[in-house]
Amino acid sequence: MREKTMKLVVTFHTTAGAMAMEKLCRKEGIEGRIIPVPRCITSDCGMAWCAPLEARGDIERAVEGRDIDLAGYHEVMV
Amino acid sequence: MIYLDNAATTLRKPDCVAQAVCAALGSFGNDGRGVHAGALSASRIIYETRERLASLLGCARADHVVFTANSTEALNIAINGALGAGDHVLSTDLEHNSVLRPLYRLQQERGAAVDFLHADTVGRIDYDDFERLLKPNTRAVVCTHASNLVGNMLDIARIGKFAKEHGLLFIVDASQTAGAYPVDMERMGIDVLCFTGHKSLMGPQGTGGLCIREGVELRRWKVGGSGVKTFLTEHPGELPTRLEAGTLNGHGIAGLHAALGFIESVGVEAIHAHEIALMRRFYGAVRGIEGVTVYGDFETDARAPIVALNVRSYASDEVADELSEVYGIATRAGAHCAPRLHCALGTREQGAVRFSFGYFNTEDEVDAAAEAVRRIAQ
Repeated sequence: MREKTMKLVVTFHTTAGAMAMEKLCRKEGIEGRIIPVPRCITSDCGMAWCAPLEARGDIERAVEGRDIDLAGYHEVMV
Repeated sequence: MIYLDNAATTLRKPDCVAQAVCAALGSFGNDGRGVHAGALSASRIIYETRERLASLLGCARADHVVFTANSTEALNIAINGALGAGDHVLSTDLEHNSVLRPLYRLQQERGAAVDFLHADTVGRIDYDDFERLLKPNTRAVVCTHASNLVGNMLDIARIGKFAKEHGLLFIVDASQTAGAYPVDMERMGIDVLCFTGHKSLMGPQGTGGLCIREGVELRRWKVGGSGVKTFLTEHPGELPTRLEAGTLNGHGIAGLHAALGFIESVGVEAIHAHEIALMRRFYGAVRGIEGVTVYGDFETDARAPIVALNVRSYASDEVADELSEVYGIATRAGAHCAPRLHCALGTREQGAVRFSFGYFNTEDEVDAAAEAVRRIAQ
């Protein structure tokens, strides 16, 4: 297994929300990728956006004013 | 075969549609079920298809575009999800059974009331009837954008204004117009727009959906697999998941995605202009033939590219069969799932022969069809 590090994980209510985030981050040049929602956040299924901790400010600015179905920000070992 | 049954489905699609479906069949996993490359390939294309539809149809949010199998399913979700006992609904004689039967069932099973604006013998409604039929418990207007039988278009912006003034939900069936005529939910005041993917959107059969204005809440109609919130006993409430239980038709949606790209590149206005020019050419050629009766309102080009006609007192199915067997021309005879409008036109018994034109039809095909009608009428 790969070594875990502390990362920012953004969760969504829907798959469409995760897809909107991926597209936005790609457009804005924000580092990150789609991962399964870590079970330490919820044992439900779903997609999350995983990014370096320092990307949080860029992400928050990018989503501001946009209709992205965002559920929450988490800092977890993944 | 000369295919002039585009109001039923567009048989000829842009080449990119079949290519996209084939590519998806070889590469798609299941949207929202996992994050491996296959699942993400499906999720990305499906999301981008929502974006393209939202852009084309004037829906403010891509995640408020919900996929269904067709317009009928979308209309059932909208009508049953928004309306119920004690509600009064306004609709029109121009409707297809995909609107009529859900409304009739609402009357029969839930005690709702429905009034229909009557069409005249040309298939036109009197817009003042909306005011006349309004009741204190009127909750919604449900109507088509264009008749699938004669092509007459309703003034959706005008009806949307009426609905807004009276606080009514406005549900529109855009089966005959999405992709072939400018549709703008916001500008037209539409709350729920129902579309099918396989007609003027030129995508595969088995694709369709609803565009929902933000703040409009529709009851869930089916519940089940969602790929998210697995341990909730209730199906998730956020759109689009709220109304999309089960695996989507990802392969079909990939085809629709490609079709939307084609429509974007050509332009809806250019598609409409081409189709209406063909319709005008055909209408001009057949309207004067002795024994031919053409139905519908041709005073404006704000219509779907449809010409419905009869030849003498011949049964419409016999004329359509003659066109098919002798001339190789595909049309649609009968009642077209539009019973109220056939009654208004006086064609309940005879039915009508519907010629409907698409982007890939040519003037030569139109001329051949008109000549066939002329010969049959001799």
